[in-house]
Amino acid sequence: MIGDAAFRAGRFWAVSFVVAVLLLLLTRAAIQNEYFFFAAYVVLQYVVLATAWNILGGYTGYINFGIGAFFAVGAYCSVVLHKLASVPVPVMMLAAGIASGIIGLGMGYLTLRLRGVFFAIATLAMAIVAQTLIVNWDFVGGSRGIYIIRPQHAPFFGDYVEYLYSLMLLLSWIAIATARTIERSRLGLGFNAIRDDEAAAEAAGVPTLRLKLIATTLSGALMGMAGAPLPYYVTYLDPASSFSLSYAVNSVAMPVIGGMTSWIGPVIGAVLLGTIQQVATVTISSALNLLIVGLLLIGFVIVAPNGIIGLIQSRRRARGAR
Amino acid sequence: MRAPAALLSADGVSKHFGGFVALEGIDLDILPGERLGLIGPNGSGKSTLVNCLCGTLRHDSGMITFAGRKLDGLPAHQRTRLGLARSFQLPKPFRSLSLADNLRVPLLYAVNARPGARLSRAAVAARAAELLADVGLADKRHRLPRELTQVEMRKLELARAVASAPRLLFADEAMAGLSPSEVEEILAVLFRLNAGGITIVLIEHIMRAVMNFSTRLVVLVAGRKIADGAPEEAMRNPEVERAYLGE
Repeated sequence: MIGDAAFRAGRFWAVSFVVAVLLLLLTRAAIQNEYFFFAAYVVLQYVVLATAWNILGGYTGYINFGIGAFFAVGAYCSVVLHKLASVPVPVMMLAAGIASGIIGLGMGYLTLRLRGVFFAIATLAMAIVAQTLIVNWDFVGGSRGIYIIRPQHAPFFGDYVEYLYSLMLLLSWIAIATARTIERSRLGLGFNAIRDDEAAAEAAGVPTLRLKLIATTLSGALMGMAGAPLPYYVTYLDPASSFSLSYAVNSVAMPVIGGMTSWIGPVIGAVLLGTIQQVATVTISSALNLLIVGLLLIGFVIVAPNGIIGLIQSRRRARGAR
Repeated sequence: MRAPAALLSADGVSKHFGGFVALEGIDLDILPGERLGLIGPNGSGKSTLVNCLCGTLRHDSGMITFAGRKLDGLPAHQRTRLGLARSFQLPKPFRSLSLADNLRVPLLYAVNARPGARLSRAAVAARAAELLADVGLADKRHRLPRELTQVEMRKLELARAVASAPRLLFADEAMAGLSPSEVEEILAVLFRLNAGGITIVLIEHIMRAVMNFSTRLVVLVAGRKIADGAPEEAMRNPEVERAYLGE
């Protein structure tokens, strides 16, 4: 029954919310080291980015390299709001989500008739166009960037970094629950049909263009929301770092490593890769980050092309066949 | 004279690819319940015609009506929802989905999109199981398409088309590459579907199957319709003989 599906989805939202709240309470009570929250913020940011990327790239098969654009638009949306009015960060995140969602919808209209590598190149081109616009927009600092003074404390949260960490944890919960709900729904079935064969999906009654637009809008909105707290996290925002290709590389690599066909794949990939990168940054050098991503990607493409989840599923199938 | 009760009518449908004329002024009426064979040599425009009628390709000129409704400009998924289904020349299963999920796609997106139709989750699962049983794939409903044989893949393709509850089905080379006994299996499925009220257009190269199945034959050559009538009569047409046997 449809009611059962809604009940199961609602139960996941509730259970995952409780898990997120428990995680928040536990980490804040047990960990006093501020660096943990700095590092955990980045890992959670990648959980959101990888999950958002996977809604379009993993579920529908459209590879988006324009992650940096959506992420940076979210960040610059916060800069604009910071300069115009003093609004709380959650409001900035909402505004960034709307702005990036609209850009996702527009990108979808312009590019979704392209497929494969042509679509990927178009999204990369869009990121370059967006970066050029920001570089030439003086109000947000142009090419020299802009400083944002981060408050010391947030109301009810104490330390501001812990506050940003809490917001990113909340956003991770929203992104994961959204992805999981889509995956188990009629929408997810339509996305999978598009990924497997778009002509056959259309012939089976799937409104492919509408579904792809939903995917680009949702994916873009979540990426923008992930970028919104960035100015307060880094305190200095410039186009070169906010549009950095490393966001795109990481956000693609994480679902590939974790597995693209399930909501849990990007989460596993982001936690694994994000944590390794943070540990490497502290213990060795931050310059090693992309090398680690590259090596892991090569390894997984050879050993487990369907990611960790694909590896587990194929082992289970093999065991079942025995 | 044109039969007034045609389920689908094509009036002067043309399609060009650059300078190449794929279809030239095709007039075609398909009557409710009939079994129409559509034949022609390779490159004659059969698949292009099916693609234009089903909305996969846009025709350049002419008019297509289905059950009294103009289809021109309507995307393929909306034509499917109106009751026009097709199977593909090369099977196009949803490879990551189980057989049952392959059938859930048209049930949820075509059948449930129709006014007044709202199949529950259980009804969708039951209908998918029933359709798979009809083509002999009931015990494989949780398998992935890659585990199927060639004839089973063809059956899945037909079952998925039928899952959209069509009034008209285009079976595009549904028997290509199959052995004679497998051809008979597919023919039996098509006869059953037709007996159940689905109008079927069979696009096929296996002449024995076409002659056995069709109540009417349409022959295309170089994008033009050169014969339309009873199968034996159409095959005796000198232009058809020339197209198939040469001068």
